[in-house]
Amino acid sequence: MSKPSYNGALTTVHYDLHIHTLMRHRAIPFLALLLAGRVAAQATTPTTPTPGPGALSAPNADPFPSTYVPYPSRPTVIRNVTIMTAAGPTIPNGAILMQGGRITAVGATVAAPADAVIIDGAGKYVTPGIIDVHSHLGVYAAPGVPAASDGNEATSPVTAHVWAEHSVWPQDPQFPRNLAGGVTTIQVLPGSANLIGGRSAVLKVVPSRSVQGMKFPGARYGLKMACGENPKRVYASRGPSTRMGNVAGYRAAWIGAEAYRRRWDAWLAGDRKTDPPSRDLNNETLAEVLRGNIFVQNHCYRADEMMQMIDIAKEFGYAIRSFHHGVEAYKIADVLARENISGSLWADWGAFKMEALDAVRANIPIVHAAGGRAVVHSDDPSGSQRLNQEAAKAMAAGRAAGIVVTEEDAIRWLTINAAWTIGLEDRIGSLVPGKNADVVLWSGNPFSVYSRAEKVWVDGALLFDRHDTTNRWRTDFELGYVARPGGTE
Amino acid sequence: MITPMRVTMAAVALGFTVAAQAQTIAITGGKVYPVSGPPIENATVLIVDGRIAAVGRNVTIPAGAQRVEAAGKWVTPGFINASTTLGVAEITLSAGQVDNSATGQRAVAASFRVWEGFNPAAAFLPSARKLGVTTVGVLPGRGLIQGQAAAIDLLDGSLSDMLVRGPIAMTADLSNANNIDGARAEAIAHLRELLRDARTYNARRVQYDANQSRALVASRADLDALVPVVQGTLPLWIIADRASDIEAALALAREFAPMRIGILSGAEAWMVADKLAAARVPVFVGAMNNIPGSFNTLNARQENAGLLRARNANVVLIGNGAGDAGGFNVGNLRYDAGNAVAYGMTWDDALRAVTLSPAEAMGIADRAGSLTVGKVGNVVVWSGDPFEFATTAEHVFVRGRESARPTREDELTERYKTQPPKYGKPPV
Repeated sequence: MSKPSYNGALTTVHYDLHIHTLMRHRAIPFLALLLAGRVAAQATTPTTPTPGPGALSAPNADPFPSTYVPYPSRPTVIRNVTIMTAAGPTIPNGAILMQGGRITAVGATVAAPADAVIIDGAGKYVTPGIIDVHSHLGVYAAPGVPAASDGNEATSPVTAHVWAEHSVWPQDPQFPRNLAGGVTTIQVLPGSANLIGGRSAVLKVVPSRSVQGMKFPGARYGLKMACGENPKRVYASRGPSTRMGNVAGYRAAWIGAEAYRRRWDAWLAGDRKTDPPSRDLNNETLAEVLRGNIFVQNHCYRADEMMQMIDIAKEFGYAIRSFHHGVEAYKIADVLARENISGSLWADWGAFKMEALDAVRANIPIVHAAGGRAVVHSDDPSGSQRLNQEAAKAMAAGRAAGIVVTEEDAIRWLTINAAWTIGLEDRIGSLVPGKNADVVLWSGNPFSVYSRAEKVWVDGALLFDRHDTTNRWRTDFELGYVARPGGTE
Repeated sequence: MITPMRVTMAAVALGFTVAAQAQTIAITGGKVYPVSGPPIENATVLIVDGRIAAVGRNVTIPAGAQRVEAAGKWVTPGFINASTTLGVAEITLSAGQVDNSATGQRAVAASFRVWEGFNPAAAFLPSARKLGVTTVGVLPGRGLIQGQAAAIDLLDGSLSDMLVRGPIAMTADLSNANNIDGARAEAIAHLRELLRDARTYNARRVQYDANQSRALVASRADLDALVPVVQGTLPLWIIADRASDIEAALALAREFAPMRIGILSGAEAWMVADKLAAARVPVFVGAMNNIPGSFNTLNARQENAGLLRARNANVVLIGNGAGDAGGFNVGNLRYDAGNAVAYGMTWDDALRAVTLSPAEAMGIADRAGSLTVGKVGNVVVWSGDPFEFATTAEHVFVRGRESARPTREDELTERYKTQPPKYGKPPV
């Protein structure tokens, strides 16, 4: 990790890129490969007995570093397949090569290494791994008993000090189901009870004993903020109890954070011989937003409230990366495009509360047609498994409303636009050489109701195979509780 | 004060009232799926005065009939979503209009007739219709005995126009048993006591009215409402997910024969498919539930509907996808059907499970659920396979009428096609 700069807003993020040695294996059973890979990873993790840097509120500090190591992979070619790259036109009858965890070639044909696994994709489709930028997997684990309800620290309207990853239960049985839906990367957010709910975690949808083992190496944190009905309902008795109270709450938090950032940045830029200012976890996260190191992921339904949130961001000099839910995004599609804020949206959720009343099924295509970045998100463990279907609904609704939407557009709503929303557009979200080999093979066109993810690779490792029920990932929770899959597939 | 804009809107309102007059409609050239029989290519469906008058290849089309050209289109009965809260619950999280949950007494609301609070002007009825649903079950939703459900046709009119049948069922909830009573078996005991007292009440009404009866566990109105249930003329639809809860419901049905039951939700129904088939119990399930979201649904799986059908159980598909499946997204029922097919149900079975099977379970198959001469003209013309996302419902007839009432979302979409929008014209 290179030395961070401390000069206020918009420093670059420092990716702690893991360079992985290419692992080659003969035909070893899938589960054995998984186990071998994990044991090797654990053995190489160093122990650090020296005192930690916990006294310092350092930008880009990483006290819970990712220990993710890709699962073992074999060079793999899928050929004779339709490829939706999310980077250009669909390639009919194309081929893709994955090697060493990366995509190394995509085109009409690829040169297959001698040791490559060759998969014939006749009649099938390949897409990038789907990215869900709005997940609560692990923090609202299944079964949804109170003991597993870890998504809302609803004890104070501003809780920027809490981090979603500290609530994630890696044995949540929703993870393998998500992977089976073709989802390879998720942003797990705190809930929306609070004005400022805490840090998100960007995870790979992979089996692991710890959340650190799922964390996407080098991914930025996000900050969950929430507008509207939820905070004012949760805090009705102590405040904020109104939307104006909500706005006063955001502003008060940013005023405190800006003072904190100045104090710390001055100390960090100085000779550091005086005692450092005291750490404050809440302001530390907010200061990182002001420095540009953490993206704001803003739950907000109504158009008028989104416009106010944009002004607040300008008042304090931070950027809103994405509005989440945004059921009225279509009302300000031009503004979202101009401000370079993505819309992380549902295809057809609406009317379940006042601020969702004006939902329209053409929301996503309208945002897209205005030149904005539309993203299909879920906020739901069931919808997250079928984001391809959500995109298909949105595409159809757009066409019904007279908006020209292509499948090449719709695939971007699920992949590259989502990658941009979490700042990983250089590493995932499209099928271009050099990117991580997060790849899905679909049984047919992913926008058909009859298609299912058949194989899913994460960093080139085949982690889901619908036809292989014996080696299927089953979480600890499922053992003895949930019947083994198989028999009907 | 009447502005010019209001005058215009009034004229539009009058316009679609006129257009809604019943007439003779001939839907010609489509691939017709009657459900009651095999599909017929290049066929005509003739609707006269709101009823299906003919279905087939050689249909004489009366002069003056309104023709709907359906070459290349698929024609099916209107879809029936048996489990909704349309017209009785809207904007529920903000307590907008919530009339589906009765308070009852000790979690018993048998006398609650949910449709008596139905709002024909509810904003999302047209949305469901636009997506191809012509009839819905409106279900009550709280307590051990939740109340009585109704079948509603989604036409523009008053409740009396729209009501197909009420009640169609009494609903009960065993999935939430230990929240209602202290424990599962206590809820079952509670239910048993209610059903026994309904029998007692029915056999001894005279004594009851003369105050010569022992105390019964429910109010007179609730006992009255339960009499057709214990007599077997009104089915008791029981919400149950865990396989053992479904078995408990089946045992209760045997104990109280001739009582008839249905199983609502049924996450683990596939595990007791043979027993459900043998008991000829309708099972109302969605096709997108595969999460062990509670200890009652540990073995939820998307193959549920297909596995049940493979064992010859009676499956009615209901919506359980993400979002407001019972309200804003009632029309998404067709995607549950598509997902059921993706996970093993045959296409024909899935179509039946959203048309004729719900009609039978709701006791309205004499008038809905298939394209059969004499049934009402609830017909949809689809641009293609109705289960596919790319397909649209191009024409939706409810009792032979096509509504011109726009959906709220269509009006919003249209308004914001120009940004900033025009909210109205200043008075001239």
